[in-house]
Amino acid sequence: MLSRTADHLFWMARYTERAENTARMLDVRVQYSLMPQSAQAEQQGWRTMLGVSELNAQFNAKHDTLTQKAVIDFMVRDPDNPSSIVSCLRAARENARAVRGALTTEVWETENTTWLVLQQHLKNRLYEHDPGAFLEWVKYRSHMSRGVTLGTMFQDEAFNFIRLGTFLERADNTARILDVKFRFLASDSIQPATQREFYYLAALLRSVSAFETYRKVYRDAITPTRVAELLILQQKMPRSLMACLCGVVSNLQDVRNELSHETERLAQELYAQLGSMRIEDILEEGLHQFLTRFLRSIEELGNGIGRDFLIPLEPPVQEVEPEPEPELMQTQSQTHTQTRSGTQSQSQTQTQTG
Amino acid sequence: MPNFYNEMYSDAATIRPHYDAFAEWLAQQSPDVIQQKRAEAELTFQRVGITFAVYGDDAGKERLIPFDIIPRVINAAEWTRLQAGLVQRVTALNRFLHDVYHDQNILKAGVIPREQILNNAQFRPQMQGVKVPSDIYANIAGVDIVRAGEGEFYVLEDNLRVPSGVSYMLENRKMMMRLFPALFARNRVAPVEHYPDLLLDNLRSASPQDSSDPTVVVLTPGMYNSAYFEHAFLAQQMGVALVQGQDLYVDRDTVYMRTTQGPKRVDVIYRRIDDDYLDPRAFREESTLGVPGLLDAVRAGNVGLANAIGTGVADDKSIYPFVPDMIEFYLGEKPILNNVPTYQCRKKDDLQYTLDNLAQLVVKEVHGAGGYGMLVGPASTKAEVEAFRARLLAHPEGYIAQPTLALSACPTYVDAGVAPRHIDLRPFVLSGKSVTMVPGGLTRVALQEGSLVVNSSQGGGTKDTWILEN
Repeated sequence: MLSRTADHLFWMARYTERAENTARMLDVRVQYSLMPQSAQAEQQGWRTMLGVSELNAQFNAKHDTLTQKAVIDFMVRDPDNPSSIVSCLRAARENARAVRGALTTEVWETENTTWLVLQQHLKNRLYEHDPGAFLEWVKYRSHMSRGVTLGTMFQDEAFNFIRLGTFLERADNTARILDVKFRFLASDSIQPATQREFYYLAALLRSVSAFETYRKVYRDAITPTRVAELLILQQKMPRSLMACLCGVVSNLQDVRNELSHETERLAQELYAQLGSMRIEDILEEGLHQFLTRFLRSIEELGNGIGRDFLIPLEPPVQEVEPEPEPELMQTQSQTHTQTRSGTQSQSQTQTQTG
Repeated sequence: MPNFYNEMYSDAATIRPHYDAFAEWLAQQSPDVIQQKRAEAELTFQRVGITFAVYGDDAGKERLIPFDIIPRVINAAEWTRLQAGLVQRVTALNRFLHDVYHDQNILKAGVIPREQILNNAQFRPQMQGVKVPSDIYANIAGVDIVRAGEGEFYVLEDNLRVPSGVSYMLENRKMMMRLFPALFARNRVAPVEHYPDLLLDNLRSASPQDSSDPTVVVLTPGMYNSAYFEHAFLAQQMGVALVQGQDLYVDRDTVYMRTTQGPKRVDVIYRRIDDDYLDPRAFREESTLGVPGLLDAVRAGNVGLANAIGTGVADDKSIYPFVPDMIEFYLGEKPILNNVPTYQCRKKDDLQYTLDNLAQLVVKEVHGAGGYGMLVGPASTKAEVEAFRARLLAHPEGYIAQPTLALSACPTYVDAGVAPRHIDLRPFVLSGKSVTMVPGGLTRVALQEGSLVVNSSQGGGTKDTWILEN
C-alpha cells in the first residue's frame, strides 16, 4: 500500500486513541473532584492531569487561574491545545478523509459522524453542562471506531497500520498516566493504606477501565504495587503495557519489509523484557525510571515505524549523467538523507495538526 | 425569459407519457413524507461526506451540493439519439486531437485556421508526434448538453480535460433507490452502477504495456480540492490506489509509487490534475501537485495518462465552433447534436454583433470554466452589462458570445413548493477500444428562479437522471 496511506491510517488511529485517553483522564478527574477535599488538593489534582500530557506551561500561558471549568475548556475545546479532544478528533477525521478510499464505508462514516456530532456538542456546550455525559460520549465513539474497524476491515496492511497506531498510542498513554499518578502518590500527599489512597487508586483503575478487572484478578485490597502490576505486566488487561506491546509486535510482523528488521527487533526485545520482569524488579529500578525508559522506547518504535514504512522511500537512483563519479554519488546520498529527515519533520508536524 | 420546454408537462394540465408513473406516485405521497425524505437525504449526504470544497470567500469549508428528489426522466428514443450523437462527437474530437498532434491534416485542409491551434495556450507542442495508447486522448469526456425544445438538444461544452460529477450521478441514484425503492419497481430505470467497472476497463486499456494486469492509480491534487470526494470515491470503487504527486516519482522515464513494501511500477494514471500542474519540469515550475519527469515518461511510452496531455486544445471555447466541421471532416457525417451558434469576439463582425446585443446574449471567457466570469445578458442589470462591456472591449479575443438558449426546466422542490427550474445534462463518455457510457449522466439544476447557471460553485443542485427502458 502507499506509504502516505499507511501514514494517515496510523495517525487516524493514534488520534482516535488519544482523544479517548484525554476523555478518560478528564472523566476520572471530574469524578474524583466530587469527593470531599481541600481546594488545594483539588487544584493539585488538575495540575497532575495537565502534567500527564506535559501541558502545564501551555495552560498557564492562557489561563490565570486553575479551575475545573478552565481545564475542561482547555482539554476539550481549545483548538490550540494539540491534545484537546477537539484537536484529536479533528486530526483523526482529517487523516481518515485523506484515505477514505482505504477504509470501509462504516469506518469512514463513524469518523465523520463523530466529527459532525462533536460540532453540535460544542455548540450546545454539553461539556460544560454535563462533562460526564460528554466524556462518556467521546469514549463510546472511540469504542465504536475500534469496533467498526475490527468488524468490517479486511485484515491487510491497512488494518495492521491502524492497529499499530492504536497500540502504540495506548502504550504511551497508559505509561504516562501511571507515571504521573504514582509520582503524586509518592509525593506524600496521600498516606499509604488509607481511605484516600483507596479512592485515588480506584480512580486510576477506572480511568483505564480496570476497576472490575482488578477485583476479579486479585480479589483483595487495592494496593499500589498490584495496580502497577496489573497495568504493566498483565497481558490479558487490554490497556496494559504488555498487551499493547503484544499488539505492536504481531502487527509489525504482518507488515514486515526489507527495512523493518531493526524496528521489529526492538519491539520484540521490549516485549520479551516485560515478559520476563516481575513487578518487584520494576519497583526496585524505580517506577519513574522504568516508565521513562519505556516511553523512550515507545518513541523510538514510533520513529522506526515512520522511517521503515510511512516516510516515502526515495527513488533508488536519482536521474544523473550516465557515469556518475564516486564523489558525486556521495553528495547525493547526503542529499538523500536530508530529504528524508525533511520528510520526517513533516510527519512530525502531522502529529500536531494532522 | 421566453417560454421554455418543461420536461414533465407538455402543457399546464398534461403530463408527458414518460413521467406518468412518477407523477402518479408523487401525487400519492403526503407532503410530510416527502419533507422527511428530503431531510433524510441531506443527513445521509452529510454523514457519508459527499461534499465539495468551495473556493473564494469560504475557502476550506465543505458544502453539500443540494440534491433534488424529483428525477429528470428521458425516454428511450431520445436517449438513443443522444447516445449516437455523443459517440459521434467524441469520436471526432479524439480523431481531431490525434490529428493536431501528428499530421495536422485538418489545418492543411484549411478547415480550422492554423493559428487558432498553434497559438492556443492549451496546445502542447511537447505532445507532437507522441504515440498514445489506442490513439485516444480524451478517455473520459463530460459533454454538457441542454435541451431547448422537443428533440432539440445542444452541446454547450465538451469538457475533455478532467470532467467531474460522475460520483454525484452514482450517489444520487443510490440515494433515490434508498429513499424510494417503490419508484424503481414502477419504472424501468436503466442502471448506472456499473460505471466504475467501465471506467476501470477503459483505464486498463490505456496502458502502454502489454500487461494483463496493469497498475492503475487515480492522481488527486489532495483532500482540499473541490472534487476530492469524487477522486477518493472512484479510486475506492475501482479498487485502485488514490495517489498524490508526492507518492509518485519518475526514474529512468518510468513512474513508480512509494509503498510500504518499496517502489511499485505504475502503468496508467487517471489524473485529476490539470496539464499545467502535472509536471513542474515541463509545465508550471511552482507546482507541488505534480510529478517531476512525468512528461518524459509519457513521451517514452512508459505510462498512460487519462486523459492525455493537451486535450484542452479540443474543448477550448474558441475551438468549439469548429466541432461540427470536425465531424464532417473526419467521419464524413452530419452532426447529430447541435452546436450553439457562437460569435467569436476575436472576429471584428462578431464582436460588433456581440456589443450591439449584449443584453440578449450569454458571453463566456474562452478559457473559463465552472460558470465563473460569464455574463448572462437577460438576467443581468444594466450596470452589470456595462461593466462586462468594458472587460470585453479590453480583451475581445478572450470571449465568445452565444444566444441565450431557452433551457428546458424540470419540476424541482424549492422553498415555496415545487416549481420548474432550468437543467442541463452531463453524460460521461468513455473512449478506448470502443466508446461506451452508462445511460444518462449527471443532471444539474439551477435552483434560483430564472437562473440558467447550473454549476455547483454557483448554487446549482443535482437530480437523479433516469433513462427509461422500453
